[in-house]
Amino acid sequence: MFRQATHRLLTRSTTTTTTTTIRRVFSTEVATDASSGDAAFIESWKKVAPNIDPPKTPSQFMEPRPPTPSALPSKLTVNFVLPYAAELSKAEVDMVIVPATTGQMGILPGHVPTIAELKPGLLSVHEGNDIKKYFISSGFAFVHSNSYADILAVEAVPLDRIDPAQVQKGLSEFTQKLSSASTDLDKAEAQIGVDVHSALNSALTG
Amino acid sequence: MAMAALRREGRRFVPLAYSPTPINAIRSTLAPTEEQVGLGVRSISTQVVRNRMKSVKNIQKITKAMKMVAASKLRAIQVRAENSRGLWQPFTALLGDTPSVNVKKNVIVTISSDKGLCGGINSTSVKISRALHKINSGPETESKYVILGEKGKAQLTRDSKNDIELIMTELQKNFLNYTQVSVLADDILKNVEFDALRIVFNKFQSVVSFLPTTATVLSPEVVERESEAGGKIGDLDSYEIEGGETKSEVLQNLAEFQFSCVMFNAVLENACSEQGARMSAMDSSSRNAGEMLDRLTLTYNRTRQASITTELTEIISGASALEG
Repeated sequence: MFRQATHRLLTRSTTTTTTTTIRRVFSTEVATDASSGDAAFIESWKKVAPNIDPPKTPSQFMEPRPPTPSALPSKLTVNFVLPYAAELSKAEVDMVIVPATTGQMGILPGHVPTIAELKPGLLSVHEGNDIKKYFISSGFAFVHSNSYADILAVEAVPLDRIDPAQVQKGLSEFTQKLSSASTDLDKAEAQIGVDVHSALNSALTG
Repeated sequence: MAMAALRREGRRFVPLAYSPTPINAIRSTLAPTEEQVGLGVRSISTQVVRNRMKSVKNIQKITKAMKMVAASKLRAIQVRAENSRGLWQPFTALLGDTPSVNVKKNVIVTISSDKGLCGGINSTSVKISRALHKINSGPETESKYVILGEKGKAQLTRDSKNDIELIMTELQKNFLNYTQVSVLADDILKNVEFDALRIVFNKFQSVVSFLPTTATVLSPEVVERESEAGGKIGDLDSYEIEGGETKSEVLQNLAEFQFSCVMFNAVLENACSEQGARMSAMDSSSRNAGEMLDRLTLTYNRTRQASITTELTEIISGASALEG
């Protein structure tokens, strides 16, 4: 009876604002590499603990990524993940612009493989004439050679959910804290607040 | 096969909650009662069996309630665990999965629950951690433990007290969230020296199946070393690094972020497994209590009828003695 209940809950739609989320159901998260796993690990496991089954490893729960195609793919496949949700999962888009620490970086299909550290800023996903904008706190972006882009952020908010008045208030609050900060820790915290709020400001206006 | 597992679970659980005294024992305890009261009263007392039946019924009610509570908690946390699964996949895609990496300083992070009555998941985690410890402690390598959760602490302090670096308990007192886990991860990273972190947890596959899993996070120096040596992370060099001053700084941030992401998912999955295991343990124990109650009812009825028959026999034989 409980299996039915959980199944019903699994098929409930997600509460994210985007409509392109592909919901992952448990039964499809199949252990793909189930038989092999990591051969060397299993070998050394069997020597030490022959009676216990070796533990699974993360790669056995993941679908393997496609290899680098020879021709340039037309679309970029984007996975945009947050700790509490997967905003975009294997979404095919034309371009994404990420706020890397070195500035806004545009990623198109066929981009050179990159590991980019992100600072708080505007992330935009371009699909045809559709542009979706999010404000993300920092994170990382990986671009792989097979035109897969993984964007990981700790928090992401669609721009229309941000209140400009609150942003101004926060900015002035943190600027004041920065000028009156005494210890290094306080200064660092206030600086972070100022950075985030000014990034929010420029994202809303820019 | 699942049913056999549940039955096994139930048998393991029942001794904890209620001391099982099989029917033979019940009969033998009734015999002294008979003798003790044999001097004046003639009937066999059914009080003992009645008391037992009452306590078994109470246990059945309690375990049924615990199962409902676990089911509702599971529903809440299952959604979050599923949503967090996308978080570790990019790291595995980028850096690969290297459980067989050979490094000098290993740290085994064992995730266990705080509360008991959840089946065998904590013992499984501890068994796996011990085996990993054995694999990774040799002449040049050493491994230490970081324990999350009371149950893991209880089991591992018994024999590996010297190898434990850090213990953290009462994680689930507040709602599990990323901030809390990243503070935890920060704590571990600051206080423990490591070349490779091996996180051991139970991955939630379904309500009745929990797979022990180990995820490996390497320190940035080891990542560099492995990428130079080739193998799974061989093509890390082909990636351009954007941001930060130096490549090593970015790799450092990457390793820390990876650790907190993988930990977050692991903690959620383990919490799910704990609730699921508790559900099935409580379910099999209420079923066992039901069966025990049936057996006791039969014994009770038999005892009651025997005492009635004895009384009747005495009366009738007394009456016939008077007549004849």
